Amino acid sequence: MQWETVIGLEIHAQLATRSKIFSGASTAFGAEPNTQACAVDLGLPGVLPVLNREAVVMAVRFSAAINADLERRSVFARKNYFYPDLPKGYQISQFELPIVGRGSVEILLEDGEIRTIGVTRAHLEEDAGKSLHGDFHGLTGIDLNRAGTPLLEIVSEPDMRSAKEAVAYARKIHQIVRYIGICDGNMQEGSFRADANVSVRRSGGELGTRAELKNLNSFRFLERAINFEVERQIDILESGGKVVQETRLYDPERDETRSMRSKEEANDYRYFPDPDLLPVELDDAFIAAAIEGMPELPDVRRVRFSEEYALGNSDAAQLTASRELADYYEATVEEGGDPRLAANWVTGELAAALNREGSDIGQSPITASMLAGLLQRISDNTISGKIAKQVFDAMWSSGGSADEIIENQGLKQITDSVALEGIVDEVVNANPSQVDAYRQADEKKQIKMLGFFVGQVMQASKGKANPKQVNELLRRKLTS
Amino acid sequence: MHSKSIAALGAGLRAGDYSSVDLTRAFLERIDRYDEDLNCFITLAPERALARAEAADKLIRSGEAGPLAGIPIAHKDIFCTNGLKTSCGSKMLDSFIAPYDATVVSRLDEAGAVMLGKTNMDEFAMGSSNETSHYGVVRNPWDRNLVPGGSSGGSAAAVAARLCVAATGTDTGGSIRQPAALCGITGLKPTYGRVSRYGMIAFASSLDQAGPLTRSAEDAAAILQAIAGFDRRDSTSAQEPVPDYSEQLEDPLVGLKIGLPKEYFNEGLDGEVARSIELAVDEYRRMGATVMDISLPNSGLSVATYYVVAPAECSSNLSRFDGVRFGYRCQEPKNLEDLYKRSRSEGFGAEVKRRILIGTYALSAGYYDAYYLKAQQIRHLISDDFRQAFEKVDVIMGPTSPTTAFAIGEKADDPVTMYLSDIYTIAANLAGLPGISIPVRPAAGRPVGLQIVGNYFQEAKLLNVAHRLQRESDWHLAEPLGFSSPSRI
Repeated sequence: MQWETVIGLEIHAQLATRSKIFSGASTAFGAEPNTQACAVDLGLPGVLPVLNREAVVMAVRFSAAINADLERRSVFARKNYFYPDLPKGYQISQFELPIVGRGSVEILLEDGEIRTIGVTRAHLEEDAGKSLHGDFHGLTGIDLNRAGTPLLEIVSEPDMRSAKEAVAYARKIHQIVRYIGICDGNMQEGSFRADANVSVRRSGGELGTRAELKNLNSFRFLERAINFEVERQIDILESGGKVVQETRLYDPERDETRSMRSKEEANDYRYFPDPDLLPVELDDAFIAAAIEGMPELPDVRRVRFSEEYALGNSDAAQLTASRELADYYEATVEEGGDPRLAANWVTGELAAALNREGSDIGQSPITASMLAGLLQRISDNTISGKIAKQVFDAMWSSGGSADEIIENQGLKQITDSVALEGIVDEVVNANPSQVDAYRQADEKKQIKMLGFFVGQVMQASKGKANPKQVNELLRRKLTS
Repeated sequence: MHSKSIAALGAGLRAGDYSSVDLTRAFLERIDRYDEDLNCFITLAPERALARAEAADKLIRSGEAGPLAGIPIAHKDIFCTNGLKTSCGSKMLDSFIAPYDATVVSRLDEAGAVMLGKTNMDEFAMGSSNETSHYGVVRNPWDRNLVPGGSSGGSAAAVAARLCVAATGTDTGGSIRQPAALCGITGLKPTYGRVSRYGMIAFASSLDQAGPLTRSAEDAAAILQAIAGFDRRDSTSAQEPVPDYSEQLEDPLVGLKIGLPKEYFNEGLDGEVARSIELAVDEYRRMGATVMDISLPNSGLSVATYYVVAPAECSSNLSRFDGVRFGYRCQEPKNLEDLYKRSRSEGFGAEVKRRILIGTYALSAGYYDAYYLKAQQIRHLISDDFRQAFEKVDVIMGPTSPTTAFAIGEKADDPVTMYLSDIYTIAANLAGLPGISIPVRPAAGRPVGLQIVGNYFQEAKLLNVAHRLQRESDWHLAEPLGFSSPSRI
């Protein structure tokens, strides 16, 4: 039996505003419980919400970034339900008239294929607080610091057909919201969260019953939870059972999903337009001001990188993964680094070093201009690629420019032909039997044997000999 | 002293005839003497009031005081007052002390008015007789066996008995105008959005509006002047500039076009009340106004529409009273659900629970379109009726309430009859229009209110029309008997 997986994602991106969506309280993460919750966030009697303009600006930017239909008029609605961390007994969200209408993003699959994933809508809403089940003698604590934090809920079409596609889509949204500076994308702190609606069906058949997966706070968990869920549903269907519509929680420790609540237990949210807030009306001037200064979007930048810097698709994609990385790369090139060389070093040596330290590009001890200095010395043959790695390590651990390190550690490549000839002669003289063997060998074999002599010369020169010159000199000496 | 207008009292204060402390003491004495019986106040703040009065006296001596400086007033207990209990007439908030002032409170505070205390009201402003208050019924100063109306019954009775010079109230379906009518005073509900709702505990957010209860239109103008205007903390407050409300008060009414909606003089209207209204309309004719019959064809749908919209909004607005963060919490809850159920069952009274249930039902999946959405559509029709009427007339007049004050207990067990008490006032809330109730000739010794409804932001016009009648007649000067002392200033 052929089964097809159908996945849609609901992504909650926490907007990077300084204050909350309906109050002036700070949104900073990690403060002492309930120190960043004002009367409005606490839902005290008589208080009223006032919309944060910045949150609207960010939604407009997102709309532009995914080429969506921006709704000139959107309406906040109340989603009513009781929960201790929901102070007002309702969440202010958008229901019938969201601010961002239909849009789409493109994802790049592993086989190089590009797929378009539809975004149904995106709407503004406030986050709830947190229940704390810590040391409260059997009671539950409530921290309302997060209550009222602005969220953009981004709802996709059920366009994804595998966990990998779902991850690629989530990563794409993650990349976009970070590029346009509306979300810090921090998944550990919950600034970027995804819920997945997963169902399976016989290929081409009617949509199956879906389960909504929650608690997917990393891309890895997203992929694993979907894969588990798909298998679970196929097992049920193949053994003649029925999938029930329900919300399931992913447990990363046991790598499984389990039922949280079924459709029957679901709330009737009794949505209605919030009478405390006016409809959001956007005019041309507001929209123009909101999208002014929007950075180049990742897909556009990727295409430009591959054309302007003659990079392969994979390098261009990797270098534009984040705005910071792309900026770093372009700065390196601007400071005189060769574009292809820079691409190799940024995605290679630098990425590896950052990865080792668990830091990101913003924390790199080697600035773009330092790296460009190093790359220039490779391009002008002052040092070889191998020595460059040594210089790179020194720059990483103790700073300083490439030139200083090369100078201080005497790493300059030996290009003086007299000096090189001396070293080559020494090697030739020290290895008479290999020289004889070389001279009797055919051309093909000679190429192989040359490596031995080059190695000897490099060793004798402590790696500083210019390999190209060494090659030429050796060939001449060995054949004469 | 206690019968003087705000302007007269202000003149006396500025002339040094008496101080604000004197005035404040005198009114506190009157409250002490009469309020045990009337039950107008839930909370008194004598120390705070005297401290404010002293500050007002300083301001007055400095010559920088405005017209309200040193004037003793009261706030309906629906307005949050920093550091002072705000109960909203409910057991649910019996222990609630807000850490902030409502905008209405802070603006009157800045104007130098002296708050004596917080007045009684129907629980969460849900009621037309003040009988749903957790703090007991308020008695009508004209007859202790009658209700004062509601929900701003404490404010209306306090002003009528001269326990304060003026009071604030809120009006969601008539809660300023109806008690003003039943207590023989002036009550103004401004245009929706004219006065900030910040810090005013919400009943039905799209209908609630704060306004003054006073002895005269002139006094109402002075209070409105202080509280009207945009507030950045209330997104629904209007940006519309605030005019000088005293400026137009004396304008002659020659050529004023008055519309009498035939739907407001139907069979539900008490005959004596109708005659009082006609008498007042005749006065306007004498002043040069033209009177014509008009029709508000959808006004018959007002009460039904209101009892979908208001409960729907209240069911959501009152969700925050869950026993978790503030207010009443039941004893030893077994679990979360028990905490919710018992805190709300024990903390809310019957009328509030009835409306929460109606509203929850009206918003439920499968009923939303039939009730809430339909009600919102009818609301548009009702607004449209008024829009068309105001193409022909300047103001609309009619009775504020179909009857005079009824006996305590008379309608308490019959919610629908009680709801009909607001049949003429509700439409203005649904349309967001301003309305004022002023006393006209009493019927069988009981006060009768004339309602005047104006177009959006026409408060100055309403006050002008009301004031001119009060200049030509003395109905508003009638005082209930037995509240004469002390009057030593």
